[in-house]
Parts: sequence; structure tokens; C-alpha cells
Amino acid sequence: MSRLFAAALGFALTLACADFASAASKIEEIVSPGGIKAWLVRDKTVPLLALDYAFTGGANADPADKPGVANMVGALLDEGAGELDSRAFQERMEEKAIQLGFTAARDQFRGSLRSLSANLDEAVNLLRLALTAPRFDEEPVQRIRDQLQAQVLRGTTNPNDIANKRWWAAAFPDHPYGRPSQGTTESLAAITVDDLKGYVRNTFARDTLTIGIVGDIDADGAGELIDRIFGALPAKATLAPVPDVAMQGRGERIVVALDIPQTVISFGGPGLARNDPDFFTAYVVNHIYGGGSMTSRLYHEVREKRGLAYGIYTRLIWMDHANIMSGATATRSDRATESLALIDEETRRMGAEGPTQEELDKAKAYLKGSYALGFDTSSKIAGQLVQIQLDKLGIDYPERRNAMLDAVTLADARRVAKRLLDTKMLTLVVGRAQGPTKTN
Amino acid sequence: MRRNLESITLSVLTRFTALVAVCLALSAPTVSAAPAVTQFKLANGLSVVVVPDHRTPVVTHMLWYRVGAADEVNGKSGIAHFLEHLLFKGTAKNPAGRFSQQLAAVGGQENAFTSYDYTGYFQRTSREHLGTLMEFEADRMTGLVLTDDVVASERNVILEERNQRIDNEPSARLGEQLQAAQYLNHPYHRPTIGWRHEMETLDREDALNFYRRYYQPDNAVLIVAGDVTADEVKALAEKTYGKIERRGAIGPRVRPQEPPQIAERRVTFADLRVTQPSLQRSYLVPSYTTAKDDEAEALDLLAYVLGGGSNSRLYRALVVEKRLATNTGAWFQGTSLDDTRFGVYATAAAGSSLERVESAIDAEIERLLDKGVTSEELERSKSRMIADYVYAQDNQSTLARQYGAALTTGSSVEAVLARPERLRAVTADQVREAARRYLDKRRSVTGYLIREGTPREEKKS
Repeated sequence: MSRLFAAALGFALTLACADFASAASKIEEIVSPGGIKAWLVRDKTVPLLALDYAFTGGANADPADKPGVANMVGALLDEGAGELDSRAFQERMEEKAIQLGFTAARDQFRGSLRSLSANLDEAVNLLRLALTAPRFDEEPVQRIRDQLQAQVLRGTTNPNDIANKRWWAAAFPDHPYGRPSQGTTESLAAITVDDLKGYVRNTFARDTLTIGIVGDIDADGAGELIDRIFGALPAKATLAPVPDVAMQGRGERIVVALDIPQTVISFGGPGLARNDPDFFTAYVVNHIYGGGSMTSRLYHEVREKRGLAYGIYTRLIWMDHANIMSGATATRSDRATESLALIDEETRRMGAEGPTQEELDKAKAYLKGSYALGFDTSSKIAGQLVQIQLDKLGIDYPERRNAMLDAVTLADARRVAKRLLDTKMLTLVVGRAQGPTKTN
Repeated sequence: MRRNLESITLSVLTRFTALVAVCLALSAPTVSAAPAVTQFKLANGLSVVVVPDHRTPVVTHMLWYRVGAADEVNGKSGIAHFLEHLLFKGTAKNPAGRFSQQLAAVGGQENAFTSYDYTGYFQRTSREHLGTLMEFEADRMTGLVLTDDVVASERNVILEERNQRIDNEPSARLGEQLQAAQYLNHPYHRPTIGWRHEMETLDREDALNFYRRYYQPDNAVLIVAGDVTADEVKALAEKTYGKIERRGAIGPRVRPQEPPQIAERRVTFADLRVTQPSLQRSYLVPSYTTAKDDEAEALDLLAYVLGGGSNSRLYRALVVEKRLATNTGAWFQGTSLDDTRFGVYATAAAGSSLERVESAIDAEIERLLDKGVTSEELERSKSRMIADYVYAQDNQSTLARQYGAALTTGSSVEAVLARPERLRAVTADQVREAARRYLDKRRSVTGYLIREGTPREEKKS
């Protein structure tokens, strides 16, 4: 039906899929002489190289009593390594316009390298040093500690930060997912250089490494490059096991009082594992419920019909040890209760009835057609190469994805909508809200 | 979230402009196979720029109007941005939602943004939908239909947007005051999103009057970047936008200009939620459009040497050596039709104070005025800034934005292309001259953001 609809109004029926499959099929799996695996897309158009990578064990690998170690390591890796102190390292990066990024996600420590092809040699050298010989000198450690503490402190009066942090803490008590990955002012004060070095030693290893490369480089060149960067890392990581966990706090509404003109709301419930047979169906259902940025039911009800908020969204978050559906909005404080009731009602309705055939067709068409937009820059492609590997979807996933979408039926969608949304959610309200069930 | 690119607050606007300022260096020697940019005009005056990028079969289609918040009349602040929202509410030919729904049905993405000098609409889709995008976008250049109900509901949305971007965020509220204080006479003193009390009164007639006056083909710039050729774009544009008649000249964009600033200005904003005091300062300076000779390029380099990253003068002195601040930096908002701002900022470290931070900033600026920049600093800054133009080539949307912003702020494709070479040619003397001329406190506004001592009533919204 949506296809006819589209045709009547002019957009061509041919989607980008056919063209795109050919673009994505350029992904090669390579293995370096040193035995390190990577995915590569060759592109000669722009004279730069994009490399993304991930190690298992992000903030999860923080010591239980010292959250924030991984995040602090990420902030310090470009602050001195090998023979180069902080200033020398920073100057080398700047002279050659080399961009190194480091992020501690929950399950992985992730990094990126961007370099002009002409400066690749120095870029490789700097990243190798950062990962294998970070210095953690006293001056940068203290400076970065001060910066991170200032950030954490600022977050204590920011409604979005409060809502986010409190939601995760309530959903995952006594689990690494419930700890603040930025740390606390106390934990940041207690972190030592030994903690930082210990994290690097235990986490940066070849056996948990995932790599994606995009640029004007062939398989041999790429193999040599990754050996130079990662070859000297230990063969095996030493990671404490992280238990699988189910989210807690369903049905709770926690209200945090803050004197601000707009109330911030975070809500969420259990999600699905990436390898769950229903995952793809849940992804489509979420798009219809709150994921579609300007087409979802929540967007329509909360923003378009009533003007209660500037934005509202939900998304599925799949992790190594738990899965959630997470949503957020910010709404005028005198109508926060109305917004909360609307979210509840739309959640209940979607859980009970599921989407319509027309909604399903439209969502599938959108999710197919928009996929190519995530592959139009080298940086985006490098990120996709890493994510598809982490999700264990297979190198042909971009080509198989359309068929997987086509296979989602209305009966599936209704069943999975019930599974996903026929539930009580955990809700965090920050602001001058009315009608609290539990006030902090 | 929807339209998250609307450049409203100081921070978003600055980030957006920074993005624009670091784009593209097609003539940089390091770039061998840069795409050829083509430009032409349709008979009705619509300017068109085509930026080929054949790596992926997608296109970015952007229509920019040469109108923004600085073109509003007094008392109607926010109308340019409000109209941008209302342009999604349907036309006589395509009722509300049809464009967005049809676009979504082929996997397209869309957004819009408003700044002081321009308003833009864009979509990204696979390449074969370009003609249809143009039909829809051309239709809403003249066919907008609004009802009072739709306008009333969307007005609530922009008020929530104001809450989200400004009123919930103490540093944004200070930024708004700083900007208002910098411009006594020029309409850049208004926030793009509008003052709340005026936003609350904006109605259907206000929106339609603004629309009829400014949404015309010869006041618009079409940018298409992606897997297309100039010939394809020209044929499609003529079939769609080309059918719209020119309605008569809008006239030159002449806004009231600033009188010479002769006195330093200071503002202080106190809020209970401030955890660490911070400082923002801006100076009134020429833009790439109003500058003489290479002054704008010199100011760009000056901002980088003074406060671009952790090798900068301010970061080294305030954060690393004196430990007075936890962060600091400088910026130059070069893309602007009229005179613009050069800024510095810092957050005080625990145990420090804004007074000490400010005198350390003043000392660094004084040293720079006195001794100038070293050739080593200047070279490093140049290579970094010019390389950023190469990085920008990886992203067709970034390139499209750069040309759109240039052509709606009185600049040109040629000027954009020449910028890397012009940056390269700037001398240390020119940087010092620009610093001496413009980093004069009498041209500045300094804002303090401090923690409020006692609880205070918020205005109910």
C-alpha cells in the first residue's frame, strides 16, 4: 500500500537498495601478517584514511569502587606517550592535522583515527604510542582529573544528566551498567596512575580487538598498518567477567525536584538482544512507536498534535549483558503530567494493538531507503564496519538486510510489540513535575 | 530529534559556523582530485550550486533563503525561525504531512535550520528522488497554507524549543544577554529563536507576511551535493523551481549598523544551578563579508593561535601552567553578512576566581598584541586549518552547507575556494595587526556566569 501511495505522489519506486548492495559488497575481510583481522573498504576519492576500532571492556572494566577509570584513560591517551610528553604529542598531532579519538562506551573502549593520506605514517606512529606506551604524567593526569571533576559537578545540576544517570542507576543497581561511566567526584579523586595503567594493560589486547578501515589503501598496506599500530599489544585481554542482568525498577516513577522551566523525562523498559530472532521486528516496531524522528506515534501525539515538546524519541539499546528500550523528552512543566499520561497511553496502545499494516509498510520502506545515508562518508563507513562486526551480523549483512526487513509480517509486529511494550516502564522525571509517586 | 540543526543558541550557532569555517580547500595543493563545483542561475534569479560526490548513490538537496532573524521587524522576534517550522505544515497542492511522509517512505531524511542571515531546508535521499524533492520544495516556496490552529500548536513547540535550548541552560541565558549587549543597534542583538514575550504573540499573519516577502526564487540558493551532474541538476531545476515567477526585487539587505563602540560593556548572570563560574567575552569585529583585505583570515588564525585546542596560548597559560581554569578557548564567527564577533571563554578551576581568570586572559592578549605570534605557531595553525578543508571533502552535507552559508551572507563560491590559499598567505604581522585593531576592550562585552546565593522565583511558563 505505501508503495502505491508513494507512486501516486511521484517518488520513484526504485529504492536505493540495488545500487547500495554493490557499494557495500566492497567490504573485504583482511588478516594482517601478524594475524590481526580487519574489515576494509577501499576508496580513492578523498585523500584521507578513516580507521575505527574497539576493545571489549569499556566502562564495564572499571574497578567497582572506582567508576570513571576507562573514561579518564580515554581523555589521557593523547596527553603523552613514548618519548613524547603531552605538549610534544599534541604538537605532532596538530602539525600533521591528525585526529585521534578515544571513547569509553559501556561494553567497549572505542577509538578512531583520521589522517590525510600524506601524513599516515606519523598518524600510525602516534596511535601505536598512545595505545602501547601512554605516559600518564603527573601534570596531564591532574589537569584532566580537574576537567572531568568539573564536568561531573556540572552534571549534578543538569536535568538531562540527572535523568540519565538516575535512570541507569535505578535500572541496574549493583551492576556495572548502573555505575556512572564518567565517575563521581569522589571516585575521580581516588583514581591513581596504577589504576589507569592497569586498565590499559588488561583491556587493550589483540583478542578482543575489532577494526574497520576506509581509505586509499590495499589489503597489504592495511595489514601492515594494523600490525604497526596494534601488533605490540598483548595477545589476550584480562577482563573480569560481567554478569548478564535484567533491568530493575519497572513500574517505578522517580521524581527529582529541580527548579527549571522545562521538565525532563527519561523512560524505558526491557529490550531485545541483537541476536534475538525478534530483534529486527522490534527495531521496526520501535521506529513506529518512537524511533522515527518525525513520523513516530509519540512524535505525532506529543509534538505535532499538542505542542507539548520540541522532541521525543525512543530507541533500542542492545548491550553485551542487558538490553533496553529507552526514551526521552522535555516538556513544559505545567503540562508534564499530561505528557507522562500520553506516553503511557501510547505505550499501552502499541503494546496491546501493535502497528497497522500501513504503518508497518512505511516503516520498512523508510528503514530500507535510509540505510545508504549511513554510508556516505568514510567516517560513517568505518563506524559501520566496526558495529556490524561487534553485532556479529556477517560481512554480507548490508546485502541481506532488505530481505530481513521484507520478512517482517504484521502478525510478527503485533506479537513483538506486545513483547516489547506491554510492560511497566521505569520513568525518571526531573523538574517541577506534579503527581509524584516517589520523591527524592 | 527533529530539526536538531536549527542554529539557535550561541553554542549551536558557533558550532555550525565553526563547521562552515573549516570546510573545503579545493585549491589546496594536497588535494589532487577535488570535485568540480558548478554554479549557474535560472532565469527567475534562483542561484544554483552543484557539488559532485559519486562515492555513494545519495544526494543532499538544500534550499537556502537569504533571510534570517536579522531581517525581522522590531517586535516580531523569532518569526524567521517560526516560519521555518510552519513550512512543514502543507500547501494548497500538498496538504500537511505529505512531503514528509512521502520522503520517509523512500528512506529520505530532512531537516531545516535558521540563523541570523539565512534559513535553510534540506533532504537527503538516494539519488533518483532528486526531481521529486525539487517539486515538493518548489511547491512550498509559494504554496504555503496555514490555519490558526496549526499556528497555535506549533507556537507551543517553538516555546518548548526555547525552553530546551535557552531557558533550561544557564550558560545559554548568559550568551543571549552577551549578544544583546554587544549589538546596540544592529538586529543581531535579537536571539534567533526570539524573545519569549514576542514569540507568544506571533500569529498566522505575521508568518505569511514574512513568507510572501522573502520566499522568492531570486532570494534563494539551491545547493545539490552528491551523486549527480550539473546537467542533470539544471534540467530538473528548470522543470521545477524554474516554473516559479519572479515577483519583483526584494531590494538590498541593508540593516541598521552598529555605531562605533566606545565603552567596554559587562553583564553578570547568576543562577542557582551554576557549579563553577565561567566567563564569556566577545569583541565586535568584521566578518568575511565586511572585512578589508585579509583581516578575516587573520582573525580566523588569531582565534586558532589564541584558543584553538590544547596547544593554544590560552589553554597553555590558564589550564596547564597557571591552573586557573579547567577549560578555555577562542572562536571567530566569520560567516556573517554584517560585522560579527570574536570570542574567548573560560571556566574557573576550583579555588580560582573569574577575576583571576580574566586578568590571565588579558595578560595573554596583551602579550600577543605586544609580541605577536611566532612563525612556528602560525604555520602549525595554518596547516591544521587548511587540512580541515580536506577533511570536509569527506562529507557532502558539510560541503553543501559551506556554499549555502557563503551565498546567503554576501560571499561567493570563488571566495570559498580561495580561502585556503588566502589563509596560507597571511603573515604574522597581519595577525598582530588584526589583534591590535580588534582585541580592544572598548569593542568588547564580558559576561560572568556565577552561582546565585539565594533561591529565587522563576517566571512561570
